[in-house]
Amino acid sequence: MNLLGKLSWSAVPFDQPIVMFATALMALAVAFVLGWVTRQGYWPYLWREWLTSVDHKRIGVMYCVLALIMLLRGFTDAIMMRAQQAVAAGDAQGYLPPEHFDQVFSAHGTIMIFFMAMPFVIGLMNFVVPLQLGVRDMAFPTLNSVALWLTASGILLTNISLAVGEFAKTGWVAYPPLSELQFSPGVGVDYYLWSLQISGVGTLMTGINFVTTILKMRAPGMGYMRMPVFCWTALASNLLIVAAFPVLTATFAMLLLDRYLGFHFFSVAGQGNPMMYINLFWVWGHPEVYILILPAFGIFSEVIATFSGKPLFGYRSMVAATMVICVLSFLVWLHHFFTMGASADVNGFFGVMTMIIAVPTGVKVFNWLFTMYGGRIRFTVPVLWSIGFMVTFVIGGMTGVLMAVPPADFQLHNSLFLVAHFHNVIIGGVVFGVMAGYNYWFPKAFGFRLDERWGRASFWCWLVGFYLAFMPLYVLGLMGMTRRMQHYDNLAWQPWLLLAAVGVAVILAGIVCQVIQLAVSIRDRQQLRDATGDPWNGRTLEWSTSSPPPAWNFAVLPTVTAIDAFWNSKSALAKPGTSAQKLEYEPIEMPMNSATGFVTAFFAVVTGFALIWHIWWMAGLGVFGAFLTMLAFAFRDREEVEIPASRIAQFYRARPAEIAR
Amino acid sequence: MSIAVSIDEIHRDALPGVSEAGPAAKRIVVGYGFWIFLLSDIVMFSALFASYAVLVHATAGGPTGGQLFNQVSVAIETACLLASSYTCGLMSLAVRSRRYVGVYSGAVVTFALGAAFLALELREFAGMIAIGATPQREAFLSAFFTLVGCHGLHVAGGLIWLAVMMAQVAVKGLRANVERRFLCFSLFWHALDIIWVALFTVVYLMGVRP
Repeated sequence: MNLLGKLSWSAVPFDQPIVMFATALMALAVAFVLGWVTRQGYWPYLWREWLTSVDHKRIGVMYCVLALIMLLRGFTDAIMMRAQQAVAAGDAQGYLPPEHFDQVFSAHGTIMIFFMAMPFVIGLMNFVVPLQLGVRDMAFPTLNSVALWLTASGILLTNISLAVGEFAKTGWVAYPPLSELQFSPGVGVDYYLWSLQISGVGTLMTGINFVTTILKMRAPGMGYMRMPVFCWTALASNLLIVAAFPVLTATFAMLLLDRYLGFHFFSVAGQGNPMMYINLFWVWGHPEVYILILPAFGIFSEVIATFSGKPLFGYRSMVAATMVICVLSFLVWLHHFFTMGASADVNGFFGVMTMIIAVPTGVKVFNWLFTMYGGRIRFTVPVLWSIGFMVTFVIGGMTGVLMAVPPADFQLHNSLFLVAHFHNVIIGGVVFGVMAGYNYWFPKAFGFRLDERWGRASFWCWLVGFYLAFMPLYVLGLMGMTRRMQHYDNLAWQPWLLLAAVGVAVILAGIVCQVIQLAVSIRDRQQLRDATGDPWNGRTLEWSTSSPPPAWNFAVLPTVTAIDAFWNSKSALAKPGTSAQKLEYEPIEMPMNSATGFVTAFFAVVTGFALIWHIWWMAGLGVFGAFLTMLAFAFRDREEVEIPASRIAQFYRARPAEIAR
Repeated sequence: MSIAVSIDEIHRDALPGVSEAGPAAKRIVVGYGFWIFLLSDIVMFSALFASYAVLVHATAGGPTGGQLFNQVSVAIETACLLASSYTCGLMSLAVRSRRYVGVYSGAVVTFALGAAFLALELREFAGMIAIGATPQREAFLSAFFTLVGCHGLHVAGGLIWLAVMMAQVAVKGLRANVERRFLCFSLFWHALDIIWVALFTVVYLMGVRP
């Protein structure tokens, strides 16, 4: 028996210069950050204030940091693919061999969906939702920390695959029979499966946590129809997580059983059924699209209402549209594979359902337009992203409705038209949304605004780059180019692919602008400082506390009497005869920091890595370690710390602006 | 004056809805969150049920359910599990009235019944494997072992949880968070019963129809 399972030095691809260069770069970056933190002596601070924090705001920020880093990683993959397809025409073979190109597109999809979009959306929800609800934390703060660190575990495993072994070559959906052991004997698919199983458990915890928080922990007076729209969309999104992610877990578990124990769920031998995987995958996968886009819709709603200086048009219809999408998202999965060969009736049903889901989405677009109509719009960076979204997303939505027609889909299935469509809605919707949210809530998180000039530059580069990079793909799709091609012979495609490569370079400029924006803003933080806690003249409760908010969010839980609670209380204060109350502070119980999440995640990485490489003793050790960690948590005697009233009073004495409220 | 009129006269603001009452008590929040978890768990089982339904006739020339299942053994299993739900209920009552002896004895009986269920299930599995009806044999058996095994795994997890809870009661007493965990445990244990009833019907009753 081999003590290290399948692991040996041959797992490290020394013979591939591109991979080794990327690995070295990543290792250097990690070593540099760790060295810098050590030199500055930041470890105790990091451990105390961040790694073991159960504060929803800190956890939200860490999610967003993870997402931004993974954006860089996933975008590097995108540049590699565009560069390869720009040159690999006719006799030229490009610079990426097929087995590497296949890993690149699989990693790009996996990373962008699971480790960029998901953490970014979850991070923003984490930061904002409890503040908007007017409460002090999530329902289960330690669980929240565990969820964060399990997501980080999945990310780590995926990135380890770059240096040790390989990643899946199956595309980010890992369809069998290709993903079965017979056709993918390497560890790539195992990396894919275990990183997503581990981070998926974390996402499920997040979903449970948010649903409970939103339904059971709102400030006094905040009835359902007084919740900010972002909270509604977060609720819908997390209901979808709770209902959809377990299906993904079960599906991956079945594929793992096939691969590890020779079961016959999806194999062709033993009368397994590969199409069952594809059905189950998209029963999760289509709701997943809405898990990502609904919170983005919520962000746009907040941004547009705030910067138009008006209440959101049609609040009730917005809520209704959100919940209708939430339900309908479970009735459209089959449109991902009309070509499966189901009967015309089945395809017709799913085609019609898909078209119907465009109706509530259209309602939302009109609501945003009517909110802006007659408002005094301030064209800040978040508003630019929102307007860019509306134009771009409508185009993407329309190409989606086009593909919802089964006969049309038979032509467009798996072509670059499809690739253009889903990037159109995911970049134009989710990415623009999280960028709007990032610029909008940044001052709340850190107490200073982001630089406007670099923010605008970044937006325009992204927008122009997006159109340059993806409109050619629509054309290519209609010309018959399929997705995931490492090389092609049709030279008529090449000019369009060169144009797309230019587009990706422009997007790169946008990302560089964002990095510069962050650096410049940190440098100029004194000029950009927001002392009031309300830099945008906001409407919802997160703007009623200081920036950054104290650990306890609100010294006294706000009492809500209407929608747009903070706007209302500001209007009431503006009337003569009303004045701010002199507050008597009371001590506040806050959940205690816990290393449970971090330690559990450590053992999760150990277990995942061991399972990928068939190192059984180590997998057992990892599971046992996680179990002991859970026991230690269950047996701890203190769960909360009391923040004395004097400390709270001291905090507010230093910030007279908030006392005025 | 009719009741309807008198209700009309109450000002709407004087009746704050439940949804406006502010954050719920910890006990409610924990129980509610655990319900949501159970729902997600049931969704996971539904995916396994669905694949079982798809693969139930995919026997690739191998044995079918009707040839493999022993209904007497399964009936005893079911009886064990249902009885353990009852004793789990008794344990919950004892937790509420803080009768330690009741808690321990309820837990011991629940544990024993759950372990008996698990032992019978493992014996069934071993018997099938011994005659070559392994999950590697055919798609139907893959689905069968996974669905039933996943439930069995949940029962095993519940037994470990129950053992830990006993240690907690012994060391920490019935403090508030231990009491909340008992609430969650009993929800979990009853949910396993519900899943078993569905499983028993779909797998063992419908599976032996000619």
